[in-house]
Amino acid sequence: MSSKVQQFLGWIDDRFPLTATWKQHLSEYYAPKNFNFWYFFGSLALLVLVMQIVTGIFLTMHYKPDASLNAAGVSVAFASVEYIMRDVDWGWLIRYLHSTGASMFFVVVYLHMYRGLIYGSYRKPRELIWIFGCFIYVALMAEAFMGYLLPWGQMSFWGAQVIINLFDAIPFIGPDVSTWIRGDFVISGATLNRFFAFHVIAVPLVLLGLVVMHLVALHEVGSNNPDGIEIKKHKDPNTGIPLDGIPFHPYYTVKDILGVCVFLIVFAVILFFTPEGGGYFLEANNFIPADPFKTPEHIAPLWYFTAFYSILRAVPPLFNSQFPGVIAMGLAIVVMFLLPWLDRSPVKSIRYRGALYKWALALFVIAFFVLSYLGTQSVSETKTWLARIFSIIYFLFFILMPWYSRADKTKPEPERVTAC
Amino acid sequence: MLKKIILAALLCAPLWAQASEEVTLDHVQTNVEDKLSLQRGARTFVNYCVGCHSASFMRYSRLEDLGLTDKQIVANLMVTGEKPVETMTATMRREDAKNAFGVAPPDLSLIARSRGADWLYTYLRTFYRDPSRPTGWNNTTFPSVAMPHALWEQQGEQVLQEVKAEAGKEHAEGHAEKHLVMGKPGKLSPAEYDAMVKDLVNFTVYMGEPAQTQRKITGIYVLFFLFFLTILAYFLKKEFWKDIH
Repeated sequence: MSSKVQQFLGWIDDRFPLTATWKQHLSEYYAPKNFNFWYFFGSLALLVLVMQIVTGIFLTMHYKPDASLNAAGVSVAFASVEYIMRDVDWGWLIRYLHSTGASMFFVVVYLHMYRGLIYGSYRKPRELIWIFGCFIYVALMAEAFMGYLLPWGQMSFWGAQVIINLFDAIPFIGPDVSTWIRGDFVISGATLNRFFAFHVIAVPLVLLGLVVMHLVALHEVGSNNPDGIEIKKHKDPNTGIPLDGIPFHPYYTVKDILGVCVFLIVFAVILFFTPEGGGYFLEANNFIPADPFKTPEHIAPLWYFTAFYSILRAVPPLFNSQFPGVIAMGLAIVVMFLLPWLDRSPVKSIRYRGALYKWALALFVIAFFVLSYLGTQSVSETKTWLARIFSIIYFLFFILMPWYSRADKTKPEPERVTAC
Repeated sequence: MLKKIILAALLCAPLWAQASEEVTLDHVQTNVEDKLSLQRGARTFVNYCVGCHSASFMRYSRLEDLGLTDKQIVANLMVTGEKPVETMTATMRREDAKNAFGVAPPDLSLIARSRGADWLYTYLRTFYRDPSRPTGWNNTTFPSVAMPHALWEQQGEQVLQEVKAEAGKEHAEGHAEKHLVMGKPGKLSPAEYDAMVKDLVNFTVYMGEPAQTQRKITGIYVLFFLFFLTILAYFLKKEFWKDIH
């Protein structure tokens, strides 16, 4: 490095811990050397977050959160989205990046969470990383839900209607709460404007803060790995560097670049050749402007919410109130936060767990898929019963975990990390 | 193995297609690369649809995508409006249309994206005479539709005829007991009419997303770029990781 650059860096470092931060989080952050396929999705989630923010900024330059009708009788908000799709240079690309990005965000986050499940990344000492992650997931759901109202299509409107009406089910204060959320007695321009404010400012700020906390907590305790053992137990006596650790930069930066490239290929195939994702990423009904007087025949949330929507519908109403269903749906998310304390297995990774846990996990994954599928379908008696059975399986995975995780016949963990 | 199955399932999850439709739809193969078809469709659209329906997101000038010059557009296709940059606005005022039909005719800019090409293709071919309706027309794809048959001169007048259930012959879904038959032939033969509707539907598919051709071409360039970038990234990773065991 030339002395001029070194001088400049020194000047900065005297005033701001630039080199120290770089070292702490990248060049001298030692990550286990045996990360496998499942370890790509954290950095990919960060990539999608940045992509959503950048495309979101460009969208807000042209989008108008206005539910009033224009001269042609179409709401200004809906028309502004089509203006972006047709008249803004590369507007279609920005909009599809954002809409495809929303779905892909959930794809990578679900895979990232699944990684945590199979390798026990939520276990001591990483409980807070997991909890911050769960909060990120909840914030992401809020972000996606509010963003989906903005195009002001039929599904935007009626999807929001269904979800906000859930608050009506809260005893005594319910109707007041839902009116407070909407800012009106029905979903209206007031709702659209406040959802816009939450979607572009409030929730992204919370998300960014949570992501920083997630990463700071991770770098404090160090990364888990597919073996679920602590690399900090075996350090080089001279340097204090974990023997199985490698600096994140350059090793995992170059590896993640490869992951990013492959991910972008998948992303580009969807974006450029099937941006509607077969009706799962952009619903056909949402190409119809919102009409408060015409309820669509079939209202379903987007695919990433349908598992929870299924649980909601599976619970029978009590005294004509949907409240038990709402509670069940809430619990389905809350129970995730408790995971670090439900798991009593002596080992972390699925590699050293016994058959009991593997079966439980397989059933849980199947339940999540079946519930997700059922949530996209209209109700029938058979489907409701299936949803009930799989909702119970979903909850049993968590509720019974303290017992089956302890009773499981585990294999001994290795001292040092093994291959990927 | 289990891991691989779960992974495959996870990756395919959002791509499950939905297949539930009450009316049996006829399939139409649209092709937005076929500019002559789009031009014919645009002609039908401005002659027969824009009277009542707007396409308020579609500018006349955008029809240059169809391989037409500004002059050709103004001379042949610009039925309403004064400047080519204006959008396709219905001749009929919304209030008048609402008074006449009970509902304001929907904007057609995105109709192919909300209804789908197959639905439009079927719908435009299933109008029939029904004296019980205010307009004298009904439709098997969209029962009790408020819209009269705009293309009746071309297609002719179909009627719905009860067909006696034949023994040993199964009817799909139970709604095939009634058949549409041609009562009074129109100017076009059924095959010619189908072709006309196909062009029209093709145009609405184009109009639903005028950038779709550009989107696919861009996609090919992007994928080529990413493909080479991935190869580079692969060798970069391999080079850096050669000492890690």
